[in-house]
Amino acid sequence: MAEQLPEEFVSDILSSHVNSPGQLLPILLDVQHKVGYLPEEGVQTIAEFLGIDVGEIYSVASFYSQFRLTPIGKYHIQVCRGTACHIRGAPRILGELENQTGISEGETSSDMKYTLETVACMGCCALAPAIKVNSNVHGELTTRKADEVMHSLPEEETDDS
Amino acid sequence: MTANQRTVNVCQGTGCISAGAEQILSLLKAEVAGLNLSDSVLVRGTGCHGLCQAAPLVAIEPDGILYAKVSPDDITDIARSLLPDGKPVERLFYYDTVIDRPLAIFRDIPFYYKQQRFVLRNLGNIDPDSIDDFVNAGGYGAARKAVTGMTPEEIVEEVKSSGLRGLGGAGFPAGRKWETCRVEMAEQKYVICNADEGDPGAFQDCAVMEGDPHSILEGMIIAGYAVGSDTGYIFVRAEYPRAVARLRTAISQARERGYLGKDVMGTGFDFDIHIFQGAGAFVCGESTALVRSIEGGRGIPKAFPRPRTTEIGLWDKPTLLNNVKTFASIPVVINNGGASFASRGTETCKGTAIFSLAGNVVNTGLVEVPMGTRLREIIYDIGGGILGGRAFKAVQTGGPSGGCMPAELLNLPVDFDSLTEAGSMMGSGGMIVMDQDTCMVDVARYFLDFTRRESCGQCVPCRVGTKQMYDILDGICRKEGRPGDIELLVELGESIAETSLCALGKSAPNPVLTTIRYFRDEYEAHIIEGHCPAGVCSSYQ
Repeated sequence: MAEQLPEEFVSDILSSHVNSPGQLLPILLDVQHKVGYLPEEGVQTIAEFLGIDVGEIYSVASFYSQFRLTPIGKYHIQVCRGTACHIRGAPRILGELENQTGISEGETSSDMKYTLETVACMGCCALAPAIKVNSNVHGELTTRKADEVMHSLPEEETDDS
Repeated sequence: MTANQRTVNVCQGTGCISAGAEQILSLLKAEVAGLNLSDSVLVRGTGCHGLCQAAPLVAIEPDGILYAKVSPDDITDIARSLLPDGKPVERLFYYDTVIDRPLAIFRDIPFYYKQQRFVLRNLGNIDPDSIDDFVNAGGYGAARKAVTGMTPEEIVEEVKSSGLRGLGGAGFPAGRKWETCRVEMAEQKYVICNADEGDPGAFQDCAVMEGDPHSILEGMIIAGYAVGSDTGYIFVRAEYPRAVARLRTAISQARERGYLGKDVMGTGFDFDIHIFQGAGAFVCGESTALVRSIEGGRGIPKAFPRPRTTEIGLWDKPTLLNNVKTFASIPVVINNGGASFASRGTETCKGTAIFSLAGNVVNTGLVEVPMGTRLREIIYDIGGGILGGRAFKAVQTGGPSGGCMPAELLNLPVDFDSLTEAGSMMGSGGMIVMDQDTCMVDVARYFLDFTRRESCGQCVPCRVGTKQMYDILDGICRKEGRPGDIELLVELGESIAETSLCALGKSAPNPVLTTIRYFRDEYEAHIIEGHCPAGVCSSYQ
């Protein structure tokens, strides 16, 4: 992925889609999933492919929480802020991770190592509070266990970046 | 296969997987093969078994033995227990804290035997990636019966007589919705499964998709035949990648076997299903917002008055939209008949209610009970009571659209109407138990923080009003509350409920209004007495 220019990469992705009404979200999700964010040049390519305005794409992309307009870090940390997680200590876990990474919710560290986000609910309510690092879920966390997860990261594979 | 064949069901639900269940499954498969037991023992992954608290779970059938909190170190012992002279691994039995002893057989555990599983009938019992498992459990029998032996009118009548109400939260009678869609005259109609389970604290739709995807497809096939549609969509929220993967597998298997596609089961009826992944917006659980999202736009609901989705829906065509659990209930209705389905539940709410039980409760997990079961039975008998012996404070249902109910309401029967009367709602089925250490003002602030972020922004009452309510609640939590704040919150809440354009705005004040209704003293303690009784709000410490 790193070898290719964003617009070339997006063109590759577009080759598996057809230009029909309702294809915008599937295309954006595909690009987001494979590139990690929606690169500006790529959005231009998508606009030409679908024959719509760049502005229309940003209007849609900015509405949905899944879409990112900037690259994400090597470790994508998502802190669940569902109800069960909230009452079982998610705010403390988020605070601890902010301390550990030195960034706030919604930010990516300048060395591109971490992106820290909150998500509405991951469906692991029974194991609250939970976080997800790339595609791995860690449940029943305490601040100490969150620490341990962070310290075990360098050995972990980045499987969906 | 030999007569004494055993099956080892290794739960691969989201909860168990996050506790390491994938590794448990592969280790057990290898160990069983190593002991040359592969001919007599089948090891397979299943959907959510229910008791997520004790994850990862391993169940041995037909014995019914349940092993809880299994670790890789336990694999050898479990595999050896399957040898002809093997003994169960007693140290892995679930320990029931209410009756204070370990229980070997899961059907003896109050968490399980107090439930009645209909919608969740196959969860934990079949491999969701195996269409053969599903068919062997009677799957696609209802679709065959409907498509080959019933008229669309008969099917709609059956659904009507079942009394089934939409299990996505609003509780609209499913049969009536099917009828209005069926009688529409149109060349093209659509069937949509709403799997945009956006309520924080709810995971039952996710569990059904992951654990029994074919049941949803079967319900949709029957719906397509009944209303006259050839195309279905499943709108799945983006946060559930595993559900998407299992649905994809199920759809391709169903196409291969002729349950989906052209000429379904040789009847001349065409029906296919596509998956549409959401992109992360709570408001897309609203039917018209969901439809706009599939059309490729921003998920903004249509304002009232508006035509029903059954009249003008996706691409302006008549569209039948039901929740995951509603579709998964349909095969039961068709197989057993509407009257049989209606024999369970209350006068006005038939069938079962499904909850994701979570929060400060001993047994967190997936629960299905007849409509009308009392809150107390769910929380204390099934849920095992409050974690750590602390005191119960409140139970929250309906997510950001619902409310918090106090101990005085523990005898409340759980159904659409009783919950709405209490100021809460059934919602999609999250049930969060809160103990004495939960601050109700903080909980109200939490929900308003959620709705203000998720408001689509099209109407002022919701966009501005939820922000105003959040600011007042945040002020109270930061020790900046003023006399009159409570009255202002009530006034704001009532006008937002009255004037918002869609259900998100109309129900957004519920968490605030119910906490004021039932826990006003906690608000007053913050504002007037200057302390947070639960010790949560740090500004008061």
